[in-house]
Amino acid sequence: MTTTRRAFLEYSGGLAVAFIAGRALAVMPGKGQAIATAPGFDPNVFVHVATDGWVTLVCHRSEMGQGVRSTLPALLADEMGADMARVKIAQADGDKKYGDQKTDGSSSIRNGYDDLRRAGATARTMLVAAAARRWNVSPNSCEARDHAVFHGKRSLGFGELAAEAAKLPVPDPGDVKVRPRSELRHVFRDLPLVDAPAIVAGKAQFGADIRLPGMLVAVIARPPVVGGRVARYDGKRALAIPGVKRLVEIPTPKPPYGFQPWGGIAVLAENTWAAMRGRGALEIEWDAGENADYDSDRYRVELSKSVRAPGTVARNVGDVDGALSKAARVAEAEYHVPHLAHVPMEPPAAVAQVKDGKCEVWAPTQYPQEARTEAAKTIGFSEDRVQVHVTFLGGAFGRKAKSDFVAEAAFLAREADQAVRVQWTREDDIHHDYYNAVNTQLLTAGLDERGKLVAWRLRTAFPPISSTFKPTNQPSAGDLQQGITDRPLAVANVRAETCRADAHVRIGWLRSVYNIFHAFSVNSFIDEIAHARGADPRDVQLEILGPDRIVTLAELGVDELSNYGDSLEKHPIDTARWRRVIERATTMARWDQRRADGRVLGLAAHRSFLTYVAVVVSVVRNGDGQIAVDEAWVAADAGIVVNRERARSQMEGAVIFGMSHTFHGGATMKHGATVQSGFHDYRLARIAEAPNRISVDIAQSDAPPGGIGEPGVPPVAPAIANAVFALTGLRFRELPLPDGGRVLKSGGP
Amino acid sequence: MIMLKVNGEARELDVDPEMPLLWVLRDVLGLTGTKYGCGQAQCGACTVHLDGEVVRSCVTPVRRAAGRAVTTIEGLSPDGSHPLQRAWCDLAVPQCGFCQAGQIMTAAALLASNPKPRDADIERCLAGNICRCGTYTRIRAAVKRAAQISEE
Repeated sequence: MTTTRRAFLEYSGGLAVAFIAGRALAVMPGKGQAIATAPGFDPNVFVHVATDGWVTLVCHRSEMGQGVRSTLPALLADEMGADMARVKIAQADGDKKYGDQKTDGSSSIRNGYDDLRRAGATARTMLVAAAARRWNVSPNSCEARDHAVFHGKRSLGFGELAAEAAKLPVPDPGDVKVRPRSELRHVFRDLPLVDAPAIVAGKAQFGADIRLPGMLVAVIARPPVVGGRVARYDGKRALAIPGVKRLVEIPTPKPPYGFQPWGGIAVLAENTWAAMRGRGALEIEWDAGENADYDSDRYRVELSKSVRAPGTVARNVGDVDGALSKAARVAEAEYHVPHLAHVPMEPPAAVAQVKDGKCEVWAPTQYPQEARTEAAKTIGFSEDRVQVHVTFLGGAFGRKAKSDFVAEAAFLAREADQAVRVQWTREDDIHHDYYNAVNTQLLTAGLDERGKLVAWRLRTAFPPISSTFKPTNQPSAGDLQQGITDRPLAVANVRAETCRADAHVRIGWLRSVYNIFHAFSVNSFIDEIAHARGADPRDVQLEILGPDRIVTLAELGVDELSNYGDSLEKHPIDTARWRRVIERATTMARWDQRRADGRVLGLAAHRSFLTYVAVVVSVVRNGDGQIAVDEAWVAADAGIVVNRERARSQMEGAVIFGMSHTFHGGATMKHGATVQSGFHDYRLARIAEAPNRISVDIAQSDAPPGGIGEPGVPPVAPAIANAVFALTGLRFRELPLPDGGRVLKSGGP
Repeated sequence: MIMLKVNGEARELDVDPEMPLLWVLRDVLGLTGTKYGCGQAQCGACTVHLDGEVVRSCVTPVRRAAGRAVTTIEGLSPDGSHPLQRAWCDLAVPQCGFCQAGQIMTAAALLASNPKPRDADIERCLAGNICRCGTYTRIRAAVKRAAQISEE
């Protein structure tokens, strides 16, 4: 792959990728930090301009496929006027000096857009000031572009200015002027994928790829049930296996479990194979603990009971009970979504070494700072003695925000006094996940004589994420958005209630989190109402959304809304944007011509992570009854989008991700332990299931940036379920669809 | 001692003959481009070529590779210029990238035997390779693009 600067357009199979700039030199993550390769100018922690002209830009978020390393540095470079062909990208270690490094919540651009631009603009301002001083002209008459500062025909390269710029006082970021949008050349563009050449050559280093001298590999036998512990064990047979060096017992964590290591017996060996065999030879008697009775089938019945009784009111407008009692017709439906597992292709793995009073960690972590904190806590070190290097993440989806596997590595490295790689097997990954919450909902609607909605009640029961961090069975304020309290409904009487749900496994966040089940229920229910009325589901979607407006807290019936950590002033709930994505997706899909085209379509739309997404799918039924998605259309309005190409790829991936839990997904528990153990019983969508085409439209917008990585996921499952109803007349209110989507019979209209 | 060829280089290994080829490549030879995804031949991340044939290295005891030639992603081309690698970059296929070595190695064997695969051929061939990020539509396009590049 060439690294010279060139612009080209490649076209094949409906995918156009226009590269508008040269490829930056992507320094591999996981190599440790060597940001300052030559002396120069460091206006802040994100930018280094070397006197030799190389600019190093720091990516402080973790690369897990969303293209953050291809996007954040490009934004910095854009503000600076740096040429990406003369940029090195360095991966930040976990360090509070970078601000928030949590790579989750679809937040890298939406939280970083303003700050990173100011960081780049600060560098530019100082380089311009240095040039202006050299030429004795006004900085306002100078311009930074193409890696240099220009004044008329004169120019000085960034490298030539670095030494002088370094002597200038750093302006307050608030005083720095960012470029007008019209000058930004890397915003709303298809940016090159900087790490692709390394990935396709097998050179990208993931967590398990780190090699240290004398490193041992640890495979851990963990208690099968949360809160369980080792009652007794015999390691003689394990130790007899060639290559096995020693066994280490990991302390049993006390609830709340948080990111603590899970406990168990670690087998440390010279290589992974020996460690795996060693674990297989351990004889362990487990004390299963307090969650040994957990049975997800039985729990489902409990959740169903839970939503049949009033819960805690999370949202209230008007008089729902009164309206329901007076309604001409009441519709009610119960929806269920099981625990979902993350199953990133790279099972958790981390490397640690404790030497000379310091602990050095290499990990595919979404939370490098928390990984540092957890590692330090686990081995009793102060944080300044722990360094966390971030490798590539081989898929994450929220799993690698939890630092339990990093803490295990630090603990074992200290115990072994040797470098250790902790390697989870696929079975470990599925058995010891932080599962997305299992959920049951009861939706009840009151309709008047003309079929108009007059009352809407949603009851939801799910063990909240907060239960992993404190003893609770009630959702926190932050848990209550995600489709419960933030969904606009043009209905006079609305109430949402949360019902009790105790946690018996570790609950965590999975790509788009509670939105998965709330978008599923609400979009399915709207579709049910539409069909019951004989109306077009798109029209009913728009009717229930209501007229174009900025939705107020009073309308939602809440006192406050966490709104993904952003203010409603900056990121209002705007039904016009919601409407437009529905219109865009249905137009792309030729919704109005679907019958004439002989296609069966399903629609769903949802706002999450401050982004509006509508999905339409076309489904067909094959000869053996198998439902297949043959085409999908995604319309997204994420406000300002920097890297349009990665935004599209995230939406494409979201369709497949959503298909996995629609057709296959779900972890179940018996006697407290997870039943599934591999890809044979925790199935994921495979290539033959992928639609023939996924068309993605990313809206051009001046609104502040919303999220990209997650918001594509929630509408996928309900769009499919709605299409399946249109095709078969059968309404599926539970994920996954039965029998992997093999639907033999058809229902009545 | 087990003798085999890895990416054209003769290797003599003093390892347990039952050790899966995957761990020999990764832990003994330091060739980490081949990935561990499941250890049960269910995901394809560990795919390599044995005498040009696709194998799941996670369930292939190294003794089965004795006297034979192993090709890993590191040996697919000297400089990342195999038509599949070029097509993968041109169409920006990878997301996290973890499964892609396995996808590319599987597709390379397909192209070697079928220079102009249709969608159905690609799907059949890559049925055993999971991508959790969901890059499948681009993989299909990139395999066809690579076939074009090979022709040119």
